[in-house]
Amino acid sequence: MSDSIELVYEVSGDDFTRAGEASSDVKKKLKLMGVHHDIIRKVSIAMYEGEINMVIHANGGTITVVVSDTDVTMVLADTGPGIPDIEKAMTAGYSTAPENVRNLGFGAGMGLPNMKKYSDEFNIESTVGVGTTVTMKVYLQ
Amino acid sequence: MTVGELCDSGKFKVINRGDDTDRQIGAVFCCDLLSIAMSRGIEDAAWVTVMGNINTVAVMALTDMALIVLAEGVQMDAPGLAKAQEEGSCVLASEKPIFDIALEIHELIS
Ligand SMILES: Nc1ncnc2c1ncn2[C@@H]1O[C@H](COP(=O)(O)OP(=O)(O)OP(=O)(O)O)[C@@H](O)[C@H]1O
Ligand SMILES: [Mg+2]
Repeated sequence: MSDSIELVYEVSGDDFTRAGEASSDVKKKLKLMGVHHDIIRKVSIAMYEGEINMVIHANGGTITVVVSDTDVTMVLADTGPGIPDIEKAMTAGYSTAPENVRNLGFGAGMGLPNMKKYSDEFNIESTVGVGTTVTMKVYLQ
Repeated sequence: MTVGELCDSGKFKVINRGDDTDRQIGAVFCCDLLSIAMSRGIEDAAWVTVMGNINTVAVMALTDMALIVLAEGVQMDAPGLAKAQEEGSCVLASEKPIFDIALEIHELIS
């Protein structure tokens, strides 16, 4: 069994000029590691949506990505406002994105549903006033 | 038809040619909401949209679409253009509506 690789990214809040950088970097690294194209796509979609949510809704946070022999695990932790009703937030089409963010093309309310759909394991924990942690796993085969 | 051939067709304003000019355009995709484009974006597609910002460039790269075509005279903002140049992503632009552009490219690649 080979060692797993850990990548850590600090995501800053409200900075759209850098939004997506962590996901792009992971995509490039997985490509270099020779990970299958379809798996990279799943990781890219799931992670980008999570990264953007941190920028828009949580004033940034930390993303830790671990690539092992069997899977890619992404942990997205923020100390933002938290999500009062997770079930509602997971509903396709539900969004609290403000007007300025909608003008950039966000706010379809599809981010969390995409994250669940494109990851093989999905878990979200959130406490209002404390923050949100999303953990996603994509299997390598 | 390749990305380079579409750039050279004279039908669109070339905002950034990018370095993927030999890539074959396989489809046309239209959408302005990024998280829908993220899950539905078609690999190798020409993506016709009115969203001209850095996030469009990021979504294009993450979904492996071939190029962005900005419709309705929309311009790519400065951070978006810088990102496209950095990533070598192709961005074209036109005054025409989304449907007209999509149809035109569809006919060119069929
Ligand atoms: N990290 C987070 N912290 C606080 N609230 C969040 C977080 N992530 C999501 N939410 C809440 O859940 C809602 C739904 O999120 P989702 O990603 O599905 O849609 P969106 O971000 O509003 O729009 P889209 O992702 O389609 O551009 C958000 O509008 C927001 O209210
Ligand atoms: Mg979102």
